[in-house]
Amino acid sequence: MIKLYNDGRRITAALSGDIDHHAARRMRAELDDVIARSRPEMLILDLENVGFMDSSGIGLILGRLKAVRQCGGDLMLKNVQPNIAAVIRLSGLSTLLAEGVKA
Amino acid sequence: MKREILNETVIRFPSLSANEGFARSAAASFASQSDPTVQEISEIKTAVSEAVTNAIVHGYRDAVGTVELILRRYSEGTLYIAVKDKGRGIDDIVQAMTPLFTTAADEERSGLGFSVMESFMDKLRVRSAAGRGTTVIMEKKLNRRVK
Ligand SMILES: Nc1ncnc2c1ncn2[C@@H]1O[C@H](COP(=O)(O)OP(=O)(O)O)[C@@H](O)[C@H]1O
Ligand SMILES: [Mg+2]
Repeated sequence: MIKLYNDGRRITAALSGDIDHHAARRMRAELDDVIARSRPEMLILDLENVGFMDSSGIGLILGRLKAVRQCGGDLMLKNVQPNIAAVIRLSGLSTLLAEGVKA
Repeated sequence: MKREILNETVIRFPSLSANEGFARSAAASFASQSDPTVQEISEIKTAVSEAVTNAIVHGYRDAVGTVELILRRYSEGTLYIAVKDKGRGIDDIVQAMTPLFTTAADEERSGLGFSVMESFMDKLRVRSAAGRGTTVIMEKKLNRRVK
């Protein structure tokens, strides 16, 4: 599930539930829709209510990073929980993201 | 010293993506008998999710087949997990296990599944034959805590 908060051209998408291959497909479509419609300067993915994420989530985040950058924007992660931070660390994703990853 | 199986369960399910969550919850629930830490449970769930997702996404790429999840607790405190499919198999296992290698980049696979399994579990073994299927065996020691 995704909840959106709009602050000018900064958009926060609060994701919730588990991010796996099953859930990522729907989240991908919803986020791409937001990116195409609003062309955010900064897309902030808030992971506070995400209890689980595997490498499918890495694919999801990387894909959205490419999509926002194509529209001239950037992507940030917020409220990364410790178990998810371990997967992100392993992927090297944080070096690609605006402001890295604060866990 | 020969190790004994203290408990074992076998779960079979069709390769539907809705079963990814079911499989990792089942594994976490079985593992909880060994009194694991919160971090260990999360590592087990992630590794199982990776192996089961691979069976569903890659093994049974164009069809629905049966995935088998075998869970065991051994006497010396080891959790054993096997994930089996009878799908298309892997041609080159070494290449498949290389970090970032994927045959499904267009589906936003990151090529990190095996890296996650390797780093979150203590042992990882992959057996595969092209056209016949893949078995991933993982083990994790859960008795390291001072009681
Ligand atoms: N059960 C399987 N059956 C067939 N091929 C597999 C299986 N598991 C993994 N593979 C192959 O190994 C590659 C790497 O797997 P993995 O590290 O999980 O990355 P990803 O799933 O993101 O592609 C896959 O792209 C696929 O080609
Ligand atoms: Mg994978």
